[in-house]
Amino acid sequence: MPDVNFIVDGKKLTAPAGTLLIDACKSAGIEIPAFCYYPGLSLQAACRMCVVRIEKAPKLGTACTTTVAEGMNVTTESPEIAQARKATLQLLLGNHPLDCPVCDAGGECELQDMTFKYGAADSFYAEPKNHREEQKWSPVVYFDRPRCILCYRCVRMCGEGMDIFALGVQNRGSSSIIAPNVAPSESPDHMAALDCEQCGMCIDACPVGALTSGTYRYKTRPWEMNHVATVCTHCGDGCKTTLGVRSVNEGSEIVRGDNRDKSGMNGDFLCNKGRYAFDFANNIERLSSPLVRQSDGKLKPVSWEEALTFAGKKLRELRDAKGANSIGVIGSNRTTNEESYLLQKFARTVIGTNNIDHHRTADFVTLATALQGTTTADGKPRFASQRCVEKSPAILLIGGDPTNEAPLTAWNIRTNVRLNKARLYVANHQDIKLKRQAKAFAPVAEFGYAAFIDSLASANDFSTAVKAEEKLVVVVGNELRGGELAKLIAALPHAKFALLADYANSRGASDMGVLPDVLPGYQSLKGSTLASEYGAAGQSQVADAPGLDLLGMFDAASAGHLSALYVVGSNPIKRFGIDASALKNTFVIVQDMFLTETAVLADVVFPAANLYEKAGSVTNSYGDLQLVAKAADKAGVRSDFELIVRLADKFGHDVKTLVPFGKGLRAAGMSGDMGQTRGAQSGEADRHSVWLTANNLEPKLSPFDPFAILDEIQRVVPGYDKLLRLQLLSGNDQHIAPAASGLVQIQTGRKDLVLPAADTLFTSGSLTRFSPMLQDVQRHQASEHTDHLASAD
Amino acid sequence: MSTIPNSIFTPATAARFDKLATIYPVKRSALVPMLLYAQDDLGYVSDAAISEIAKRLDLLELDVRNVLSYYSMLRTAPVGKYNVQVCTNISCMLRGGFELLDHCKKTLHIGHKETTADGMFSLEEVECIGACCWAPAVQVNYDFHEDLTPAKMDAVLADYREGRGKDVK
Repeated sequence: MPDVNFIVDGKKLTAPAGTLLIDACKSAGIEIPAFCYYPGLSLQAACRMCVVRIEKAPKLGTACTTTVAEGMNVTTESPEIAQARKATLQLLLGNHPLDCPVCDAGGECELQDMTFKYGAADSFYAEPKNHREEQKWSPVVYFDRPRCILCYRCVRMCGEGMDIFALGVQNRGSSSIIAPNVAPSESPDHMAALDCEQCGMCIDACPVGALTSGTYRYKTRPWEMNHVATVCTHCGDGCKTTLGVRSVNEGSEIVRGDNRDKSGMNGDFLCNKGRYAFDFANNIERLSSPLVRQSDGKLKPVSWEEALTFAGKKLRELRDAKGANSIGVIGSNRTTNEESYLLQKFARTVIGTNNIDHHRTADFVTLATALQGTTTADGKPRFASQRCVEKSPAILLIGGDPTNEAPLTAWNIRTNVRLNKARLYVANHQDIKLKRQAKAFAPVAEFGYAAFIDSLASANDFSTAVKAEEKLVVVVGNELRGGELAKLIAALPHAKFALLADYANSRGASDMGVLPDVLPGYQSLKGSTLASEYGAAGQSQVADAPGLDLLGMFDAASAGHLSALYVVGSNPIKRFGIDASALKNTFVIVQDMFLTETAVLADVVFPAANLYEKAGSVTNSYGDLQLVAKAADKAGVRSDFELIVRLADKFGHDVKTLVPFGKGLRAAGMSGDMGQTRGAQSGEADRHSVWLTANNLEPKLSPFDPFAILDEIQRVVPGYDKLLRLQLLSGNDQHIAPAASGLVQIQTGRKDLVLPAADTLFTSGSLTRFSPMLQDVQRHQASEHTDHLASAD
Repeated sequence: MSTIPNSIFTPATAARFDKLATIYPVKRSALVPMLLYAQDDLGYVSDAAISEIAKRLDLLELDVRNVLSYYSMLRTAPVGKYNVQVCTNISCMLRGGFELLDHCKKTLHIGHKETTADGMFSLEEVECIGACCWAPAVQVNYDFHEDLTPAKMDAVLADYREGRGKDVK
């Protein structure tokens, strides 16, 4: 669009023709108030707050529906406009309760701000207010009818943004109300209710306190919380979330999650889990003391020193007596990159074994190796970022159900189709909801994806359309892996690819080499520089043959060949359905938040911090690296990072060779860095060092500083070598692509061992049952007997 | 044509709906007429009717309820056999609409939007029914009764009670 010139409040501005006046003004730093206008949603022009004076127009006009035109002369603030806005506010306040002192939105309410600005406290409308009781529409969505100003933001957000259409407007005139999709006559308790994805986007979009969050309401005020921007722990999409935390006796607890600052790849989007399912952290079942199994067979709380010494010594004894390869290590897909890297380094250099694996949820090894050495038509790497899904003109979705498993991917696809007219192609064995946005749909038989890939080679409507796309992003569900995945990548030679994985750091765990057959960055166990570096650092020689995979470890345990198993943040017994008796002769150390099915079998259990209680970085399933900041705190728990280091220390290992901390240990150029470059966000240890520096004391980095390991990751992991510290510390995402060459060669017959988490919108692996909110929402959804949502066709 | 199996409506109404869904450029345009015919058929728009109409027009039930709740002549609860709608808008008000309404309330022993115990009459105060020339006017089901006085109203009610009323429904 050509640019047009116009004048706003005497300032000469330029914007592309077709830009809405309200947006053009915002870009120029001129704020025009609006309740109903919401960027990205359709125009409503319902609130009349954005009225401005446009020269030569007979009346005040709405800036939210006026597009800029050449020569337009606009005034956005004048006594006339202020009077018009004040009159609008008086009407809106006609039945508004003005209960700001008890309203959740108080302090961050757009109506409150505007009333303050235009001073509409005195009103012509002095009739008694028509009060209605608040309604509970679901465990997470409450409606306070008198506060509603009928801006329709929630209705449009639910319909256009979420593609659910669970909210509507009923009745007429002054008795109009926002209504949910389960009418009182249909509901078991004769109260209106919501049958939807329970994402809470309506609450987020609400400019007032009409829609409030079931988990946050009446708990605190916005200014009484600290707000920490970090990354959600639940699925693999990597949404940023701003957690509101407040001090409690046991540290600090999370009371709210949202992303109102619209940072990150998710903008303002969060799903049900991202917005509400942090409550597992406050669960009373949470472990807060180390447990050691006593001679009577019971787990008993003991001191940290006792538990760590016992675990470290026992592990050392078993390693020395039975050999390093009799020990297995299982990592996590929710710990940070630094912890994952440290854990595999612990296995490979402290214990000296390649017996390390994690619960894999996508086949990233095949993705990395199949894409190495290839580029898109314009010479770019073929790893797709979450940003590509938001912007690419064409997307092919094969398998998976992003609506349920990766809600941000679904949101970005919908937004891209709606706002940019992107072309979506879907191939799936189910009628997934995203079929509604699809330009073309190819039904696939269950387990028939191999045949689908073959059909891409033949000339049919679907394959012709897909192959005609020049900038195609292919998003692949967990149905495809191994040879089939490699074949798909070969069949679409210039497309960008991404795999859908579960949990916050599945990709990170793979990238960091928490796998028995590859080193960090998918480097070979044999011959790579990292392999020789590990060989030099290790106490025992690291084998260059692959170790046992996760199932192999349990097979070895059953056969009596596994002397010890170290499980960090994982619940393999439940997830893989393993018979508990397999571990009866194995010494088991578990780090977790709860006594999971795996932890109850352990000889030593360490209470661990979760992703919201530590600093570091995570990589989402697309390879977007983001900073994790410490938000909450819980007395009695320690980060997995600290626990691994302390265990290595009690094992008798020189921790300076595990974590390169302190003076003089770093490679040249890094030795002068005492943490100053990392800012105050890099974890407890660094905060301490900043304090020391400020007090003229000697700055020393601690061995528990995750950024000391990030330095090493940056040094030794291909792909992560290009990461930009400043981007990371600013809370921005950056896309990481594994090295273009020199990666491990996949042996034929390699087991991919991918176990999809099969999580829905309201489950999150082993955390599900520890989140009261998720339990409530599941019960609520189960009580809705009929489906009130439109089907996919 | 997607005829709904086991329609809750009479065969004639169901056939009419089948056709209605096809004659508008946009299917959902048939919503308001369908709701009116459904109300004639059932006496009110029931949850089952909402559900079937939503199916017929590829709408969500919520969409149907949104429109349904907008119009005051569409109702979601049954009324008496004869729905007495007394206009109290300006012309009728000036000519004694409120007196008529009060008279009806007194003789029928019911209030606005209530139904007599025998299910014979319902009473409703309505806005302009377009009979200003002959105010005050009352609409009973689809029949108009004009130029009324409390005495004439008694006769009208008696006719209906005795089964002599015009009943075009």
